[in-house]
Amino acid sequence: MREEINTNEVEAKAAPNPTIVKWNDFWRKFLKNKSAVIGGIVILILILIAIIGPYFTPFDPNVQDHAIKLTGPSSEHWFGTDHHGRDIFSRIIHGMSITLYVGFFAVLIGMTCGVTLGVISGYYGGKIDTIIMRIMDIMLAFPGIILALAIVSVLGTDLNNVIIAVGIFSIPVFARIVRGSTLAVRKLEYIDAIRALGASDLRIIFKHILPNVLSPIIVQATLSIATSILSASGLSFLGMGAQPPTPEWGAMLSDGRNYMWDAPHVATIPGLAIVIVVLAFNIFGDGLRDAFDPKMKN
Amino acid sequence: MAKELLKVTDLKQYFPIKGGMLGRTINHVKAVDGVSFTVHEGETVSIVGESGCGKSTTGRAILRLDEPTSGEVEFDGEDLLSLSKREMRKKRKDLQIIFQDPYASINPRQTVRQILEEALTIQNVVPKEERSKKIAELMDVVGLGAHQADRFPHEFSGGQRQRIGIARALSVDPKLIIADEAVSALDVSIQAQVINLLKKLQREFNLTYLFISHDLGVVRHISDRVIVMYLGKIVEIGDKTSIFENPQHPYTKALLSAIPVPDPEPEAKKERIILQGDVPSPIDPPSGCRFHTRCPFATEKCKLVEPTLRSEDYMKEGHSAACHYIEEIEAGTHTAKY
Repeated sequence: MREEINTNEVEAKAAPNPTIVKWNDFWRKFLKNKSAVIGGIVILILILIAIIGPYFTPFDPNVQDHAIKLTGPSSEHWFGTDHHGRDIFSRIIHGMSITLYVGFFAVLIGMTCGVTLGVISGYYGGKIDTIIMRIMDIMLAFPGIILALAIVSVLGTDLNNVIIAVGIFSIPVFARIVRGSTLAVRKLEYIDAIRALGASDLRIIFKHILPNVLSPIIVQATLSIATSILSASGLSFLGMGAQPPTPEWGAMLSDGRNYMWDAPHVATIPGLAIVIVVLAFNIFGDGLRDAFDPKMKN
Repeated sequence: MAKELLKVTDLKQYFPIKGGMLGRTINHVKAVDGVSFTVHEGETVSIVGESGCGKSTTGRAILRLDEPTSGEVEFDGEDLLSLSKREMRKKRKDLQIIFQDPYASINPRQTVRQILEEALTIQNVVPKEERSKKIAELMDVVGLGAHQADRFPHEFSGGQRQRIGIARALSVDPKLIIADEAVSALDVSIQAQVINLLKKLQREFNLTYLFISHDLGVVRHISDRVIVMYLGKIVEIGDKTSIFENPQHPYTKALLSAIPVPDPEPEAKKERIILQGDVPSPIDPPSGCRFHTRCPFATEKCKLVEPTLRSEDYMKEGHSAACHYIEEIEAGTHTAKY
């Protein structure tokens, strides 16, 4: 007995979706990159700590006890106490959510504006492109922290203003990357075909260009989170960001500076915390970039 | 005679060359430089020429995929270049294009169904409920099974992909289809299939084709009329038999002499005109007749005076060529220098 097999249907079912294939490929390459996987796991743990950590801290981060000020790490106060006798461990845990919040939202602002400007610039070209990109060049010419300082001094000292400032100075990086990718995608023949069908610019941009420029955006966003956290901490360190008694790491670092000789842990522990977070995002971002890069096939 | 569907008048497409410190325009690539022709309803007009002669640019300019520098494109009595962007988007329903590269001209992330559905949605050709029926019909018309609709482009061969491209162009019920080297990237056997498909569709849907190609064999097979372009200008235009059997312009003669004849004896006897040198740069085209730098018949006059398209009595109606010496060459009184 021979069974009639409809080969067409078998093929149709077995047909892999190229998007899924691409993701499988991406995962395979990403998992090969050990440091990136570690970075990713660290980021997940940090996010978890930021969410549930504050419920489990042994001390209130803002309660002062001058009797025990500037004591070193002990079994009771794991990371020691600061100049007001506050528990540094609790403050670090509470500061985690602030740090991540600053990082994510600053990048969200930078990414949204940068991607929009980059797509407009790359898609329409001509004068609009020149104007947008020259403005981006001007912004890039300023050292980031100076630009952010200027913005914060105009808007006023506040953590949210720091986010805005840090977000604004990450706009040019996104705009440049997205413009470049858009230029490449726009030249593809199928974009012309869709245009010839009478598709609106919005449809072309959202349905056909953005999905194609997504991977560089994701990579840049991850790397930008690291720089944003660093800049925001820097601003807080300079006294332009979070105000006391907020347990912001940059501000804690700044406080600890005065006691560097007597109680170095007050400054070093927030410093180390910043290093860990920034490093985790950086190596994760690098791993993403390698995994997304089609030239890195192995 | 059928009515005029497309009338192109003095179409020019100059691409600026930016340079210098301030990115000013320092010169232009004169890709298409004053091209005029008409296409009647239901006919197939081919544009032939070497690569870089502006044939594809002409097609793109008609569709406003690149905004032309100047000229008029009248389609069905309406000037396309004066339409606003929004009006033009609506109008695109009537003019479609099929591209050369079937691998690049469809989005690899979409299934055939999604590709066709998008086309139908954009122009809102049929109500939503009838779309999947229309998709099945379209696939059937171009010779693909409706069961293949949920596949991705990479699962098809080059010829099948080109059929998808044709289905997409057909989906909006166009009047004019510009086939920009539509079969050049395909194998010869597949070329024949696709050309026959195009001919069949033309009969069924009363389509008009503007067929852009460098392949004279294909052009001879499919065209009613032929336009020969050289360096952004039309050098000869006329109906197919007249152009192929009685070419007037020295360039057309050279071009046609390159077609091999399948019979070895006449092939050996055939006089081949081999042109000297390369196509000059369209940035700074030669003065006078643009072909004079390579023309075996060129004289001093050709360097100075630009010839216009003209007809002689012995030529078939509608056949004209842009050369100062068509009568003399025809009569044999003006001979080639080499």
